[in-house]
Amino acid sequence: MNFPEELWYTKSHEWIRMQEDGSAQIGLTDYAQHELGDLVFVNLPAVGDVLAAGETFADVESVKAVSDVFSPVTARVAAVHEELADTPADINNAPYEAWLVRVENITAHEELLNAADYEAYTKTCTVE
Amino acid sequence: MEKEGLRKTPLYEEHVRCGGKLVPFAGWLLPVQYEAGVLTEHMAVRSKCGLFDVSHMGEILCQGKDALANLNRLLTNDYTSLADGQARYSPMCNAQGGVIDDLIVYKAGDGDYFIVVNAANKDKDFAWMCSQAQGDVVFSDRSADIAQLALQGPAAPDIISRLVAAESIPAAYYSCRFNVPMDGVPAMISRTGYTGEDGFEIYLAAGDAPRIWNRLLAVGKEYGLCPCGLGARDTLRLEAAMPLYGHEMDEEVSPLAAGLKMFVKMDKPDFIGKAALAAGTLTEKRIGLQVTGRGIVREQQDVYSGDRRVGRTTSGTYAPFLQQAVAMARVQADAVTVGDRLTVDVRGRRVAVEVVKLPFYKR
Repeated sequence: MNFPEELWYTKSHEWIRMQEDGSAQIGLTDYAQHELGDLVFVNLPAVGDVLAAGETFADVESVKAVSDVFSPVTARVAAVHEELADTPADINNAPYEAWLVRVENITAHEELLNAADYEAYTKTCTVE
Repeated sequence: MEKEGLRKTPLYEEHVRCGGKLVPFAGWLLPVQYEAGVLTEHMAVRSKCGLFDVSHMGEILCQGKDALANLNRLLTNDYTSLADGQARYSPMCNAQGGVIDDLIVYKAGDGDYFIVVNAANKDKDFAWMCSQAQGDVVFSDRSADIAQLALQGPAAPDIISRLVAAESIPAAYYSCRFNVPMDGVPAMISRTGYTGEDGFEIYLAAGDAPRIWNRLLAVGKEYGLCPCGLGARDTLRLEAAMPLYGHEMDEEVSPLAAGLKMFVKMDKPDFIGKAALAAGTLTEKRIGLQVTGRGIVREQQDVYSGDRRVGRTTSGTYAPFLQQAVAMARVQADAVTVGDRLTVDVRGRRVAVEVVKLPFYKR
């Protein structure tokens, strides 16, 4: 299981990569993709949508089930990773490259964990 | 997740060792998938072979001079012509014509039948069978003593022949062999399955199961055999449009509405539920839906023809072999025909579907 140091993490298993220009990419963690299993569908928001911290903004579907993706921040969607719609398995294969959206105008955030704390947190999560 | 009170099959330790992701299912702790994942496991069964632990299934013996008469009264299918070493599927109905369970009966000999039922329904089934018993018949629940493996896929005959003599392997679909030696231990082997592929279901004494499981994986390796979990079992059966109790049918649904008419023999003198089925008018039917829009349709979602709600999905998933989302639904019988373009409400979003003939996949 991989927990890159430069990212921040939520307890709902999203990662956020802060960029120097104030924008940020959001994706699903390695732990999340491992728990979800083979992903076969992603439903993403549109550019311009405003996401609210702690609220669902996308959903991903494995063979077995649908799961909501929660936004770590309140912000506006600047870019959507549309290619993921055709290759949802990218999230399984490279979770920290398969960003879902890039957001800007960040005005609030959820509780964010650093890599070490998130890794410790995943150890306390039981299998669904 | 609460794991207390969940039962472990005789193969629990093997699942842990194989990297199985264990989840609660019907009161049991069972692997939903192994390291390979549902998609890979599904494709292994379609192209090579998969090995499933289905020891949670219930096994009930029906024995006695009047066993056949009891089966014919309890079950909607007709067992009169069932020969020794043959298997036959049937719904079991209540007096209202709802489905108590669906099951398979295997004939060992005259007055000696082996019934395999769904895990979640086993206690209910056994109590019902005992309560309805007439004449010289004894039902006995042997579920705790028996393990069941399913070896499924085109390579299954090659793999099983490594552990079982050719003359002891059932040759015809829905045939079975009782008490044959399998790598030195007694087994009941049937040519049946729940995947849409050729294959076998293997019944063993619980204590023999771990060794046979490991032997099958070892000899099957060169054929591409891999352990498969409940996730692949569900996608495989759904792709093959096989009904699942609690989804396509339950105690409120008649076997006719569930699309099981060919297993309901209305010309039999009598069976429990016959009067209700004969009196009722058939207002619903089971259909297949191929998703043409974006998304995955799941169970319990409303199906619409234009603005009119015509039914509800009963199962739905991404079908890995077909590489598209499919679903089954129970709809108003007169409102829908093959080729119709409908929509399904997927969490507030209308997803386009087309009514297609079942099964979605046929080998």
